[in-house]
Amino acid sequence: MCLAIPGKIVEIFSDNQDSALVDVVGVRRKIDLGLLQDDKPLPGDWVLVHVGFAMSKISEQDATDQMNTLRMLGEIDGAMQEVNGYGLEDVN
Amino acid sequence: MLAESAPVRFRDPQIEMAHGAGGKASRKLVEGLFAPLLFGSSPGPLGDAAQVDINGTTVAITTDSFVVKPLTFPGGSIGELAVNGTLNDLAVSGAKAEALVVSYVLEAGLPTAVLEAEVRAMGKAARDAGVRIAAGDTKVVEHGKADQMYVTTTGIGRLLPGLRIDPRSVRVGDRILLSGPIGDHGITILLARGELDLEADLRSDTRSVLPLVEALIGAVGPGIRWMRDPTRGGAATSLNELARDCGLGMVLFEDQIPVRDAVRGACELLGLDPLHIANEGQFLAVVSPEYADAAINALSLAPGGSEAQVIGEVRQQPAGTVLVTTLYGGSRIVDMLVGDPLPRIC
Amino acid sequence: MRFVDEFREPELISNTAEEIRRLAGTERHYRMMEVCGGHTHAIYRFGLKDILPENIELIHGPGCPVCVLPMGRIDDGLAIAQEPDVIFAAFGDMMRVPGTQGSPLEHKARGMDVRIVYSPSDALKLARLNPEKHVMFFAIGFETTAPSTALTMMRAKAEGIHNFSVFCNHVTIIPAIRAILDSPDMRLDAFIGPGHVSTVIGCRPYEWIAQNERKPIVVSGFEPLDMLQSIVMLLHQLRAGQAKVENQYKRVVPWEGNRAALRAMAEVFQLRPYFEWRGLGFISQSALRINDKYAEFDAEQRFEVPGIRVTDPKAAQCGEVLKGVLKPHQCKLFGRECTPEHPIGALMVSTEGSCAAYHNYEHRKAAMVSLDPVA
Repeated sequence: MCLAIPGKIVEIFSDNQDSALVDVVGVRRKIDLGLLQDDKPLPGDWVLVHVGFAMSKISEQDATDQMNTLRMLGEIDGAMQEVNGYGLEDVN
Repeated sequence: MLAESAPVRFRDPQIEMAHGAGGKASRKLVEGLFAPLLFGSSPGPLGDAAQVDINGTTVAITTDSFVVKPLTFPGGSIGELAVNGTLNDLAVSGAKAEALVVSYVLEAGLPTAVLEAEVRAMGKAARDAGVRIAAGDTKVVEHGKADQMYVTTTGIGRLLPGLRIDPRSVRVGDRILLSGPIGDHGITILLARGELDLEADLRSDTRSVLPLVEALIGAVGPGIRWMRDPTRGGAATSLNELARDCGLGMVLFEDQIPVRDAVRGACELLGLDPLHIANEGQFLAVVSPEYADAAINALSLAPGGSEAQVIGEVRQQPAGTVLVTTLYGGSRIVDMLVGDPLPRIC
Repeated sequence: MRFVDEFREPELISNTAEEIRRLAGTERHYRMMEVCGGHTHAIYRFGLKDILPENIELIHGPGCPVCVLPMGRIDDGLAIAQEPDVIFAAFGDMMRVPGTQGSPLEHKARGMDVRIVYSPSDALKLARLNPEKHVMFFAIGFETTAPSTALTMMRAKAEGIHNFSVFCNHVTIIPAIRAILDSPDMRLDAFIGPGHVSTVIGCRPYEWIAQNERKPIVVSGFEPLDMLQSIVMLLHQLRAGQAKVENQYKRVVPWEGNRAALRAMAEVFQLRPYFEWRGLGFISQSALRINDKYAEFDAEQRFEVPGIRVTDPKAAQCGEVLKGVLKPHQCKLFGRECTPEHPIGALMVSTEGSCAAYHNYEHRKAAMVSLDPVA
């Protein structure tokens, strides 16, 4: 289940505040914002779209935090490889 | 020598839409019913066009029907498809079209203006490609049949010299080339039908690929093993057919497959794979490795070829299969679909 | 594509896979179940098994709403659509799923009005555009999709649309996970939790898995880096002997879920006392039906349904594959009588069903002598 894609809100329709135009790299579709009534998105916000409904607002902060965590993994790995190269294994 | 008919192996009780989609079901129908009855028991690999010998001259001949809905869409219409599609089948078979004949099946009630627009489009496409429309036929069927109009074109052409295209000549190490981005046509049509309520700034890629094919032949003729225009069923289908016909593996590099953003977006939204989507203005070529660079150069310098790419190579394994690989070492098999690609939500 | 491409960055994927190899070591064998069919599909689409170490085994769970739908329910939906002037509308996923008399597309070939829709709201739009016909929307999906169906019925009611109904096959994920854990031949170490279901139900509903069953569960996104990071998080928990619910998919999943979506579901649905899951049998309180307030939109109330139970051939081992006891290729029918073109069992029917996914993306790779690292 659950094919859901991030899209950017381009426009909220004036005649129906629950209806918005979302853009996914140039593909546009009208979506229903009814499931986000408690936290209404604005044009420019990113939402997760599933079957033509916005399911959740995407938190750019959380996405950035996640990328930073993932990048740090790589750095720790790299540092560990360096340390292993010093031949200190028998000390452990 | 005319072939004796062979036993029919097609067991489905009725014809379904899937049988026309260019995928596995189509293949079963062609190989199980048409081929045994029309081509005999061992016709060899089935290509886009056939070669016929007439008093010592070999000509290529091919035919194609066009049943697109809607008739017109961004980037073209049924008329252009009908001309370019057949020119392309000939081109990738190594032939330059000399003449086309066309047959129309028209629905009673079709506005004349619509017919005139399509015939005009066909005339223009043919003139632009330098090919004659030599003859034609028309039938009219009752209102409610024929989805406004069906067009069939048959093309005949001379083989271009210096080519020996045969899937059985493909070798390990050969490179797989693609003339440009995939998926434009199929996604444009899907959106134009209006059922999915999606909009995008996309056009069909319909065009004659003959100029590009000629540029390729001019640069690396002897090095071309195989060509195909990936129409219904997409690049995945064409490459799967090749893999089956030569018994080798087609390994594609995902990051090198050109796809426009909007095609990608539509495919992600609908759960489709661009490799399964129809194209009307692209072709695949397999060339021997020492010619790969020259091939890409020649294509990129030709008009409309700037997005040509090497997208993969032929390997021993996985035999008879298309494999897509990623930069991080993951891979997946890409098979032919049974029928048309269907959007999914899961 | 923003919020997609970053999580497919090849170098980061390689680094994270490296970290997984480091954490997984060589001593222990880990069995992790990804519950959701979307995760199964992602594993194959991104070739994640190729970069995971041998001692991490991914078991495919039952979260494929098409796969778990009994054939009898498809027959019922199609029976309703045999009525004159009824339009059968469904997601593309349903179109090739066979009933006993054929799939929706096969019925379309025989003259039934069958339409593919991307959204339940498109089905409602069909009803508006075709006032002389009745549109029956064949609804499937877990809690990810149920709120959209619910909201669509609420809109239909508000607009006074009468030529629209829903044949409801929505199912809920927690009972399915319970059924897996209750299964005697099941040995699992951890769960990769369904990210999109969790945008609706949040992370709390999984707490019993950690507290009572002592299995770690990480709610995961669907991009390669999401799934790999989730595996890293699970390995940390397993190595430390912990069992907690964690949220890897924070950018999209709120811990408390989506209240508005849950309200919409409560407005329109109620739990069925029991429902049959293909391959798993009857599970109580595991599926939704439309409540009395919205009865006018309930296709099962507006139309006669045969309601005939169709059992799968005994030889099909879907239940064992669904529970992760057998791998797809270990079922005797796999690749022979049961293929994507001629599916016999549930799991071959949908592209995210484990048998179909394995057949399409993987099993010919197993025949390869050696897979060259990518050029």
